[in-house]
Amino acid sequence: MSRICIRGAGAVSPAGWGVGALCDALAQNRSLPVSHLPCPGRAQPLRVRRVPPPPNRPTFAAHPRLRRTSPIGQYATAAALEALGSPVPLTGTAASGLGIVYCAMAGCVNFSRRFYDETLKNPATASPVIFPETVFNAPASHLGALLGTSGINYTLVGDPGTFLQGVALAADWLTIGRVKGCLVVGAEELDWLVAGALELFDPDSVASEGAGALYLTADCDGSDCVELKAITNAYSFTSSRERAIAARKARADLGTGSPDALLCDGLQAVRRLDEPELAAWQDWNGKRLSPKTICGEAFVASAAWQCVSAFEAISSQHHNTATVSILGINQQAIAARFERTEPAR
Amino acid sequence: MLFPFASHTNGPPRIVVTGAGIITALGAGWTINAEGFRTGRRALRRVTLFDVESQRAKMAAEVDLPNSLPTGGLSQRTIGRMDRAAKLLLLAGHEAWQQSGWLPDENTPLVLGTTGGGMRLGEALYRQAISSPSSNCSQASRVVHYQPQRQAMDLMEALGFSGPISIIANACASGANAIGHAWELLRRGHARVFAGGYEGLSQLIFSGFDSLQALSTTECRPFDANRDGLALGEGAAMLALETLVSAQARNANILGEIVGYGATTDVHHLTQPHPQGDAAFAAMDAACRIAGISPEMVGYINAHGTGTPLNDSSEAMAINRWAGARAKTLPVSSTKSSVGHLLGAAGAVETVICLMSLSGRWLPPTPTLQTLEPACAFPVLREPMDAKVEYALTNSFGFGGANATLILRRWS
Repeated sequence: MSRICIRGAGAVSPAGWGVGALCDALAQNRSLPVSHLPCPGRAQPLRVRRVPPPPNRPTFAAHPRLRRTSPIGQYATAAALEALGSPVPLTGTAASGLGIVYCAMAGCVNFSRRFYDETLKNPATASPVIFPETVFNAPASHLGALLGTSGINYTLVGDPGTFLQGVALAADWLTIGRVKGCLVVGAEELDWLVAGALELFDPDSVASEGAGALYLTADCDGSDCVELKAITNAYSFTSSRERAIAARKARADLGTGSPDALLCDGLQAVRRLDEPELAAWQDWNGKRLSPKTICGEAFVASAAWQCVSAFEAISSQHHNTATVSILGINQQAIAARFERTEPAR
Repeated sequence: MLFPFASHTNGPPRIVVTGAGIITALGAGWTINAEGFRTGRRALRRVTLFDVESQRAKMAAEVDLPNSLPTGGLSQRTIGRMDRAAKLLLLAGHEAWQQSGWLPDENTPLVLGTTGGGMRLGEALYRQAISSPSSNCSQASRVVHYQPQRQAMDLMEALGFSGPISIIANACASGANAIGHAWELLRRGHARVFAGGYEGLSQLIFSGFDSLQALSTTECRPFDANRDGLALGEGAAMLALETLVSAQARNANILGEIVGYGATTDVHHLTQPHPQGDAAFAAMDAACRIAGISPEMVGYINAHGTGTPLNDSSEAMAINRWAGARAKTLPVSSTKSSVGHLLGAAGAVETVICLMSLSGRWLPPTPTLQTLEPACAFPVLREPMDAKVEYALTNSFGFGGANATLILRRWS
């Protein structure tokens, strides 16, 4: 079986554009400031953490496909390009051999809401420019067009655990040789409709947005790299398997980690929500990083930040092993382990 | 574990279908659909689910939901909260599960394709949020049941099984991608996978296609020289897929075999296919290579055939190129003329139609075809045809350039 290596990572988060900004915010271990998002018909705005404007307009924004995308497309593309670390468009086998797995939960909600609003007002004048951007796989398609790749391209929809399912899918494609490299991207965008929905369930959660990406290959070229070692089963929640039980099963699948390992968890400092995950990992004595406590709840993007954090902790040589625990919102619990692999001697 | 994978040491196993469920505007279940597709019955009517007075197009293939649903492990309260699309999924899933004879277990992956999930609940959520922002009545339920993962979990609960859930949203190729992905999971070590696609009609999506002027204002006529657009439909299809070894070990009734799957991406345009159908050609070519067959061995193509000017000419170019000399005698049809375009469910429904054709020894017609599109170098069936075919190929192409091809083999 091939070794699966993580070659690069990318992130866009309320901390800023780039993995560096995310890691700096996590290192400071202080929750990012909350801003307010107006919600129609409500006096009280919603509490959110927004992605700040980019320091410079990204060059990819000039691509015809990306000029009119909503934020989710911009975030996904920025994170993917950072993870890939190559000039675009790709050429030759780099283009034909690249797979894309794009993951989202709420997806392209800005344009969906806008288009439906136009439909309710007068369907005869609803914009044909907006509608195609409402489709779940629009960001993945734009990314494929920008990169010039005609390889396999899947959009997966589900709760935050879907990001690790996407990583497992990429590893599968690499193992069987279907692709030479694979981008896995998780992205979400803020909208009052989504933030309001989250508030219905978890008034203490702070809705957020952004993207995270990993670039995977099937070999390490004998170099020092971050290797994917394991992804547990995705334990779906059922009436007889509640979140807490699912979290424990995912934890049990990974076994005990090394003493210097890092745990990138999904805690968000909301006691009721955190309890099942805390219980599953109660015997964890190593360090922890909790991106959601810093950046907020951005569904699949948050899960991607957890994986990006794990990758960075290993590649920057702060840890040799990092574990990611994702206890999803309404679908599944899943976990993964990444390790540093020394070059072959 | 999802990684590392268990792998077969003796090469990938053969994958067979042991259960199939279907619901379309033709009706609920294999029998009524098989008869409808075989005879080319059409099931389009003026839309009743939402107001279409201001739309260019007025017609779609709506499903008449039965009065009662196979609730299984679901409470009536949950059933009452489910979206229309989830009910379609439940009906198709129940039929496929019953037919397979599978017993409940805790590790059967569920792979679904959809584009809209519970879009009608999402629409209701939005309408109430703007009309009565101070009222949260039923809003939490809508948020929960709008999401496709909840629809997947409700299906599992109803049928009594669990396992990892994967939801593929590759636009109109979603259903085919879901079955293709399930097929790959089985070749990688799973013993059985439940897979398919589902879609409910919604105002947002209808209005979207209408805004693009992609909907026919006359009649959906795939591969007709004078075609003017597609018709939307709704429905679901589910397949119980397992390894041949597993099926034979339990003496299961085998409906057919899936032998090839190809998936490619067309980056030409977000909503328009490459005029020469390059990615469609590549998907068909890849599926054939994996199946180890040549175009000469394929006896029928269930085309994507939406009836839009751009899709059908592009697909025709791709089929011509892929089939070569075989094109002249290769029967092709589009069943979208009967039940409309089922978007995320289309690939799954058309896979079941291929199974019906292979096992029933007939080929479905394209009943609305009058004047053949000149780009077609192949015969497009206008009338029902009896034929004993060994291999059938089905194409699904979606917005964003998601292209998928599945190849099925008759079971004998």
